[in-house]
Amino acid sequence: MTRYLSSGRPILEEMRMQGIVKRFPGVLANDHVDFDVRTGEVHALLGENGAGKSTLMRQLYGMYKPDEGKILIDGKEMHFNSPQDAINAGIGMIHQHFMLVPGLTVVENIALGLKSSRGPVLDLDRVEKRVLELGEQYGLKVDPRAYVWQLAVGEQQRIEIIKALYRGASLLVLDEPTAVLTPQEVDDLFVTFKRMASEGHALIFISHKLNEVLAISNRITVLRDGKNAGTRPNENVTRVELAQMMVGRPVILQYNRPPVEAGPVRLRIQDLHVRGDRGKDAVDGVSLEICGGEILGLAGVSGNGQRELAEALAGMRPVRQGRIILNDKEVTNGSPLQHINVGQSYIPEERMKEGAIREFSVADNMILADHGKKPYSRHTFLDFKAIREQVGKIVSDFNVKTPSLDTPVKNLSGGNIQKLILGRELSRCPSVLIASQPTRGVDIGASEYIHQRLLEQRLCGTATLLISEDLDEIRALSDRIAVMYEGRIIGIVDSKDATPDRLGLMMAGVETA
Amino acid sequence: MKRVLNKVFEALLPLLAVPVAFLIGAMMLLALGANPLEAYGAMIAGAFGDVSGLTQTLVKATPLLLVGLGVCIAFRGGVINIGGEGQIIVGALAATAVAVGFKEWPGLVLLPLCMLAGVLAGAMWGGVPGILKARLGVNEILSTVMMNAIAVQLSNYLLRGPMIDPKEIEAGTRIAQSALLPRSVWLARLVPQTLLHSGAIIAVVLAVVVFIFLWRTTIGYRIRAVGLNRDAAKYAGINVPFYQALSLILGGAFAGLAGAIEVMGVQHRMMENLASGYGFSGIVAALFGSLHPLGSIPASVLFGGLLVGADKMQRAVQVPSALIDTLLGLVVLLVVGSQVISRRRAHRRETRG
Ligand SMILES: Nc1ncnc2c1ncn2[C@@H]1O[C@H](COP(=O)(O)OP(=O)(O)OP(=O)(O)O)[C@@H](O)[C@H]1O
Ligand SMILES: [Mg+2]
Repeated sequence: MTRYLSSGRPILEEMRMQGIVKRFPGVLANDHVDFDVRTGEVHALLGENGAGKSTLMRQLYGMYKPDEGKILIDGKEMHFNSPQDAINAGIGMIHQHFMLVPGLTVVENIALGLKSSRGPVLDLDRVEKRVLELGEQYGLKVDPRAYVWQLAVGEQQRIEIIKALYRGASLLVLDEPTAVLTPQEVDDLFVTFKRMASEGHALIFISHKLNEVLAISNRITVLRDGKNAGTRPNENVTRVELAQMMVGRPVILQYNRPPVEAGPVRLRIQDLHVRGDRGKDAVDGVSLEICGGEILGLAGVSGNGQRELAEALAGMRPVRQGRIILNDKEVTNGSPLQHINVGQSYIPEERMKEGAIREFSVADNMILADHGKKPYSRHTFLDFKAIREQVGKIVSDFNVKTPSLDTPVKNLSGGNIQKLILGRELSRCPSVLIASQPTRGVDIGASEYIHQRLLEQRLCGTATLLISEDLDEIRALSDRIAVMYEGRIIGIVDSKDATPDRLGLMMAGVETA
Repeated sequence: MKRVLNKVFEALLPLLAVPVAFLIGAMMLLALGANPLEAYGAMIAGAFGDVSGLTQTLVKATPLLLVGLGVCIAFRGGVINIGGEGQIIVGALAATAVAVGFKEWPGLVLLPLCMLAGVLAGAMWGGVPGILKARLGVNEILSTVMMNAIAVQLSNYLLRGPMIDPKEIEAGTRIAQSALLPRSVWLARLVPQTLLHSGAIIAVVLAVVVFIFLWRTTIGYRIRAVGLNRDAAKYAGINVPFYQALSLILGGAFAGLAGAIEVMGVQHRMMENLASGYGFSGIVAALFGSLHPLGSIPASVLFGGLLVGADKMQRAVQVPSALIDTLLGLVVLLVVGSQVISRRRAHRRETRG
């Protein structure tokens, strides 16, 4: 007998993928993968960057067709030709990179592509009501009338979830939803997960963070090189085991940070004021100094001005008041090129939008900032031999998994794109590095590698501003930690005095002396 | 095997569009009481059948290719240049003014000078929208179209006033055209007794140059980066507005050169309707060539052939000239449409195995 969700949709009892094979040119992305999920369960999917997690889920969501294998729902074989077919079968997916229209409001985005209950006349008021109901029911706070471009990533994600629920999803796939969230938002999201699961939803949850996976899931499956490396119930497995299953070797989770002699002040920010998208000062009088050989961690709940600060430091957002001094040279309101020329590297938060050109090849992306310099070009002519040599070296140094240097970047997995950007920015030997969420969406093996590279860079005398919402990362790497709250630096503490509790209080706006 | 067949099918699809357009055209011809076989026979023979037809085709292909090259650069830079028509006109005007104004100068100096004048005038005509876009964010589609209107008026004024052929005033006929260009700037004829001139060679050489420019130089790299992802280009220190303006300026320069070459190679004087739609057909030729400078070469020849053949067909079977325009429009529509389909198919094949 069929059971129903509160939305009136039938519960999806069991989804089973059998022997799924998916090939891309030069890559076997899924190699005879078996995977299943049941009602009321959170099933986590783990694996290194490029292991084939997103690919597996895209086949479930009708975006790709499997080369081999079957997808069964409640025992019945399904053939999805498009996401619409999957949606009709009760499947919803929240993608790694969001797919909302920035110029539309929240309700408009949710109603987009759906039939109106009033025929040709829009029924946005009804949609709005239902959105608020769903938000209430599952603990997803949203403002239905806000424009999407005004929203922080956490809010955008809640909208994606509501959108899927609105379309009647009973099986939800969430591809790295927590990568972009603050710890508080992750906790809230897990509350939502629990409510959904207890109501009979089935959830598939992809993440690179082992503690999250252990905190929320009932079962855990690890993919490695496209194969299922094992499915375990949560109770029978430890972090260390999971890391080993993913990477195939033990992983370091602690770093040593040898003391270095602090160099001269390389980045000096004085009383900086920067407008945000909503017209108010998002950065409201920030002053910071970072010396060569120092990593300054910038912690804080997202939306407190970190993004605007980073953009101003990149030369992408006008400075309303105050000064930025790089290597004793004033660059306030200078172009990005001026910042680059003074020796700054920048790792942007939104890698697909700001860090890489999707249609360009790996090689073309690697030379993005430096194509005008030797050895990449001479007298305005690109030197392809030198480019291939140099790029090939960075790709292998930074362990970027790609079939070839000519592969368009859009075919790379998310974490590998991040490694590419990191490789590009670090191989320039910057004297100042602004790194915004450098390991977001990156697997533990690669995170470990990136962290080590950042520490090496510190030994070479680079001044690093590390902006991250991952407190573990901030604490492991930083010499000093500044906490940003409502556009201001609420305090700077030495890394050894920065207990999670103290940082948590500061992030909530409590000044601790 | 299936993969190969698929690929072949997708490559041939745009070419298939041409016969389909002709099939629809055939029905219209029948409805008008003309014999389609006879009509198309006249068309193909007219465009490619003999030396005279073939050379006429190449003569038309030359400005199409030059304009198309400018379109390739602009579109690759993410800006849309609809101003080819006006740029051709000002290019032709400038070349004419220089040639007539300094007609005693030796050809060796004057000829390149005329071309340069055409290039600069076209570049200026593309530069105004380019700078408006870079400085004020003015939509380039609007501004290039407006520049077309200004160019037409400017030409009307000049050809009736300061630049009118003094002989026209003497004879009292006052036809709006300039004086004949001095022989020293006429482009060499490639085939005697035909209009085919050395401008065709210049155009093909420039196609190769543009290819090298776009894919082998840092400036071309920046233009393509800006066209594909403005934000990432900006973060990487590329001056986005500058390169957008530059792509419009270069687009204008090529169209201006097309105008100069048209007066120097074909008409030997500036007259009304010199641009005769090349500014727009050039866009289609570039699209048909997948916005690739080398692909634009065969695409321009095909389009040149259509223009010539359609003319011949009209004379052979006596149909209204509107039908010819309809037929050309059909080809354009189906070619562009089939490209979309074949791109979609390729995409689907990649993702759906
Ligand atoms: N559309 C595509 N065309 C070609 N290759 C692809 C395509 N999509 C994915 N790949 C390749 O398939 C492999 C698996 O990619 P996938 O995106 O599934 O990895 P993932 O496990 O989700 O990684 P990440 O954790 O980085 O998101 C990668 O090697 C990737 O380069
Ligand atoms: Mg993925």
